[in-house]
Amino acid sequence: MVLVDDHGLFRSGVRSELGRAVEVVGEADDVAPAIEVITSTQPDVVLLDVHLPGGGGAAVVAAIRERGLPDVRFLALSASDAPEDVIAVIRAGARGYVTKTISTAELADAIRRVASGDAVFSHRLAGFVLDAFASADTSGPDAVKPSFDPELDQLTARERDVLRLIAQGYTYKEIARELYISVKTVESHVSSVLRKLQLSSRHQLTRWAAERRLA
Amino acid sequence: MQEPTWPPNRPPEGWIDRPDRAGRWGTRFRRLQGTCSGEPLRRNRDDRLGGGVAAGLARWRGFNPTAVRVVFVIATLFSQGTLVPFYFMAWLLIPGSVDVAAAGSGAPEYASVWSKARHDSRGITLAVGVASVLSILLLIVGVFSAGLVQTWGWPQVVSAACLVLIWRNAPAHEQALLRRVGGALASIGPDATPRGNRLRIAGAVVLLAGGIGWLVSVHESVSLLRPLGGVVLVLAGCVLLLGPWWLRIARDLVLERQARARAEERADMAARVHDSVLQTLALIQRRADDPAQVTQLARAQERELRSWLFEGQAPGSVSGAGSLAAGIRQIQQDAEARHGVPVEVVTVSDCPLDEDLAALLAAAREAVVNAAKWSGAPVIALFAEVTPDDVEVVVRDRGKGFDPLSVPADRKGLAESIHRRMSRHGGTVAVQAAVGEGVKVSLKMPRAAAARSAARE
Repeated sequence: MVLVDDHGLFRSGVRSELGRAVEVVGEADDVAPAIEVITSTQPDVVLLDVHLPGGGGAAVVAAIRERGLPDVRFLALSASDAPEDVIAVIRAGARGYVTKTISTAELADAIRRVASGDAVFSHRLAGFVLDAFASADTSGPDAVKPSFDPELDQLTARERDVLRLIAQGYTYKEIARELYISVKTVESHVSSVLRKLQLSSRHQLTRWAAERRLA
Repeated sequence: MQEPTWPPNRPPEGWIDRPDRAGRWGTRFRRLQGTCSGEPLRRNRDDRLGGGVAAGLARWRGFNPTAVRVVFVIATLFSQGTLVPFYFMAWLLIPGSVDVAAAGSGAPEYASVWSKARHDSRGITLAVGVASVLSILLLIVGVFSAGLVQTWGWPQVVSAACLVLIWRNAPAHEQALLRRVGGALASIGPDATPRGNRLRIAGAVVLLAGGIGWLVSVHESVSLLRPLGGVVLVLAGCVLLLGPWWLRIARDLVLERQARARAEERADMAARVHDSVLQTLALIQRRADDPAQVTQLARAQERELRSWLFEGQAPGSVSGAGSLAAGIRQIQQDAEARHGVPVEVVTVSDCPLDEDLAALLAAAREAVVNAAKWSGAPVIALFAEVTPDDVEVVVRDRGKGFDPLSVPADRKGLAESIHRRMSRHGGTVAVQAAVGEGVKVSLKMPRAAAARSAARE
């Protein structure tokens, strides 16, 4: 795993806490060094701070994607929860998002999940996604920007249910029990939400983010 | 010798022959159709709209009650109201079905209303009085026109008399139905002094007689002024006779409304005091070993109470917040500051606050405070979602939970502050709780129609 964060103190903290669960192969504190470290070490997972001085986490993800390293997965991490930044990183290609207040055990779990190809949604991200996709059916004509696949523009009722429960702090296991489905199904719902989030060309998403920035 | 069998064909399964008349009629009809349950005719108290006559008839014959009612209404229209008194007579004469819940108490529910009304001499007098008053009114009306009122009115004289008897003698649950309609009649007797009553009635009779006489004497006349005088006299008589009833109705209505408003205000006040003062006192008890904290709590409570009593700003209300999300954030800050438990907030979309949503926030706040105080959970999740139709707030903790069935009745938090507060404003509450698995309180408040249409645009 590679750890990218501009706070040295936080890096060393995460490193010592995760030491036993995860092997940290590299660290970086800015966009340019981060790209270098990641290309040279080719880690399974990059734990990436959303806010970096030289362009933000999204730039790192975009650069790595350009260099054609599809096996490197990104888990975004942030203290501030500014929704437009988080959505930007996810849309750039990160596989999940967690807040910095997350417990060590949960963080290790999230890293493992991302490494195995699953998506990781924190409750806050779930809220953002719900918000961004909200009122999809009632939006005015200006919001309808046809994408290649109209299905990408809307969440299914089930995906909404899952996101709602994530937003309420449920774990995947608890969601599975609550909705009478298997954990595997929950994971696939979350993955499909992530896909929609990344691929949808919804005008709505951009507009939503813009509104948030204004507020 | 072989025992003679009668009827010669064996009756089908479930055939119960009752010795009473209703049962015999029932089986006789059944022989025609074969759908009857075999029970005697009883008024059906489980599915009634009025006296349960239609529903009882429907059950007895195996019809659809709605169909029976529709047929009755249509027949009433065609018979120009003649069927209505028969309905009330049926109510009076057909016994009610047995209340399943009260069956063990041995109450004589089987008896018809008439079996009791027979011995109610005052009721009979009253019924005759009401019938006569109505007859006089109809006579007066008849002088002016012999149209619809006449043909429709006369059968209702019998209806009214029956109603009086039913109202005085029906079992309590049927009386409650009639109370709103019949309440006015009750004021004849006990309220006024007998002497005043007699004077009033005598005066009314004199006026009515004079007025009627006048009307009759000038009936053929072409003069317009003289019948007018008669009308005035008759009206005066009616006012004298019926005035106290009307006054009483109006007064009762006002009193009832006031009482309800007072009760609601009291409940609101109790909920607020619980949210603020009682909560703080409970906190002070738990932190008795920390004087600085106790002082701080007491100060904050004092400030809040003062602003409520002297500035009219309600405690527990999320003051100053302009929108739902802002209110939710304020709840988070309050809970974190007061109870030291982190609250994780997720809000989906936002909307301006109105009175209902303020109540929703107050209930959510109470749920958060409860979770912070009792659950022992390290973190509380607070989720709010605004959709075009409603606003949902979910408060969830992974604490020690509780058994919802074993909450003592005197613990007011959940019952008063959350449930009643929500239902007063048309919202709903769902509580999921189990020992060891935490508590989830879901609060849902429909949005006002105006806000809804605004959100859809």
